Amino acid sequence: MTKKIVIEPVTRLEGHGKVTILLNDKGNVNRARFHVTQVRGFEKFCEGRLFWEMPLITARICGICPVSHHLASAKAGDAILGVKLTPTAEKLRRLIHMAQYVQSHALHFFHLASPDLLFGMDADPAKRNIMGIIAEAPEIAKKGVKLRAFGQKIIEMMGDKRVHPNAAIPGGMNRALHHDKRDEILSQIDEIIADCQFAVDLIKDYCAKNTEVVTSFADFKSAYLGLVDDNGNTEYYDGKLRLKDREGITLEDNVAPEDYLSIIEEKVEDWTYLKFPYYKKLGYPTGMYRVGPLGRLNVADGCTTPLANKEFQEFKKLGKNGIVQGSLYYHNARLIEMLNCAEEMKSLVEDELICSEDIWVNSNHINEEGIGVVEAPRGTLFHHYWVDRSGKMRKANLIVATGNNNLAMNRAVSEVAREFIKDGKVTEGILNRVEVAIRCYDPCLSCSSHALGHMPLEITICEPGGSVRQVLRS
Amino acid sequence: MAKVKIISAWLDACSGCHMSFLDLDEALIGLADKIELLATPITDIKEFTPADVGIIEGAVSNEHDEEVAKKIRANCKILMVWGDCAVFGGIVSMRNLFSIEEVLDRYYHTEGSICDKIPSSEDIPPLIKVKPVNQVVKVDCYVPGCPPSAKAIHYALAELLEGRIPILPSEIMRFD
Repeated sequence: MTKKIVIEPVTRLEGHGKVTILLNDKGNVNRARFHVTQVRGFEKFCEGRLFWEMPLITARICGICPVSHHLASAKAGDAILGVKLTPTAEKLRRLIHMAQYVQSHALHFFHLASPDLLFGMDADPAKRNIMGIIAEAPEIAKKGVKLRAFGQKIIEMMGDKRVHPNAAIPGGMNRALHHDKRDEILSQIDEIIADCQFAVDLIKDYCAKNTEVVTSFADFKSAYLGLVDDNGNTEYYDGKLRLKDREGITLEDNVAPEDYLSIIEEKVEDWTYLKFPYYKKLGYPTGMYRVGPLGRLNVADGCTTPLANKEFQEFKKLGKNGIVQGSLYYHNARLIEMLNCAEEMKSLVEDELICSEDIWVNSNHINEEGIGVVEAPRGTLFHHYWVDRSGKMRKANLIVATGNNNLAMNRAVSEVAREFIKDGKVTEGILNRVEVAIRCYDPCLSCSSHALGHMPLEITICEPGGSVRQVLRS
Repeated sequence: MAKVKIISAWLDACSGCHMSFLDLDEALIGLADKIELLATPITDIKEFTPADVGIIEGAVSNEHDEEVAKKIRANCKILMVWGDCAVFGGIVSMRNLFSIEEVLDRYYHTEGSICDKIPSSEDIPPLIKVKPVNQVVKVDCYVPGCPPSAKAIHYALAELLEGRIPILPSEIMRFD
């Protein structure tokens, strides 16, 4: 007899998704899938709008990383105008981007993922959330709230709002950073860096005490993709694409982001709205690759800042050839990045140039195609626009961070389901483990459906004919 | 005093309104004594149970969203909607200018996409015309904005905790 388990919605993620698990007659896992259940249609409804509007329209793809879409879109606009930014405009864009990394990584770790690690994956679901952390580990909760608030306040300072700011425009930025504001950031940054270091120490301590779980949980090999700078170090705003295989061998290096279609294709499956990007030369699904914090650290040779680089070098030793594969290590990588970004912010605001008012360049020229690529907190984000000669959008192609991880998330779900579900025995804790596997990737389902919302969890066990035999809810 | 029970969901949305709720920052810590989050996107309880306040973010854009909106309505005494998508349909309602076929065709048949068939399995809900929440269920309280500021959300929650239906003062009533 076949049983079908449905986890819906998967929670503490950003977006709408569900998991289905088919069991065979022995009660073991036959097939497990992660479905994205929503699609919004940004690619279509932006048609006919001016490319100037796109940074504000596409920011609405995601309330968690609106700045990433805002910037990728502005960069595509820069390419349409054919302009190079002033040094100050680029620094300001980097600053708002780093602020977003701090808020988004803090949110993901402290507000969404930490309950699984601090309370355990089998803990009472009623307390396994941020309110539970506030009640039982207030000092940790306060750090998380403070880090997120710091990033969000800078975004608000630079773009008027914490969520969906209005700061970048094609050709640059729409306002300068006042000295007072710069000084305000500078006065707090050392404390923020110390808090980021605290977060890194926290996750290292967890990994050290739970080595067995961390090294075995949803541990599988894949290729990795990310942007790196000219020296091969971590780069979040610009840079070139690098792809390494599962053994750490570099398959692609120095690929201009505009050439993304030469290395990436996307496959459409009938059972999920989210497409499956893969490395073209290895084909589908062998060409699975992972992006995001683990992907970026796996492809990079170093971090750009001293404290983060020290952690980075230590982290690299956890895997063979500097490739760390376990899904739970995403959290470790994420917090090293948060430290890296806080240190980057410090050097950005220490530079006088950041307060210059030379922030925008225009042109009378319109290229009919423009591509903007950034590393969003969850991975590489591609915005590709085609416009007519007046600058009206003819078409858009977006590949969002979480989309890149679609094959890997399905693989992780499958690994965990197979490991923990035996002889038809299913508990809430086991189902939560399936969600934990997805949560490692911090999937932004809002983004991936250009569109996903959140994820509830329900498991339905069906007879072979499809009739429901049992429903389990967590 | 018993904690006020809250259930919430995000439908077709970016999750930005719930992010604005988390942007209450320190005030969030203060609220922990007064509210209890039951089934919400940021907690692990999956099934809606009776609550004092229901909150919906996002527009209704597929059949599953309709079901969720009805379930929340059936389980709460007061339904509050957050953000322009839930209040008016919001950005995603721009999609209504096109047919659903056109929307899907653009996304799946594009540069670098290999598509034999546009997804339509029973595991994913079909799209419908985008609607604001009040076209599906009765709404008691509206907090617009894209997203509403943390201040607006805090004000609305505080009023509800005092037993009043919130009417947002003009300085925090924004539509962007």
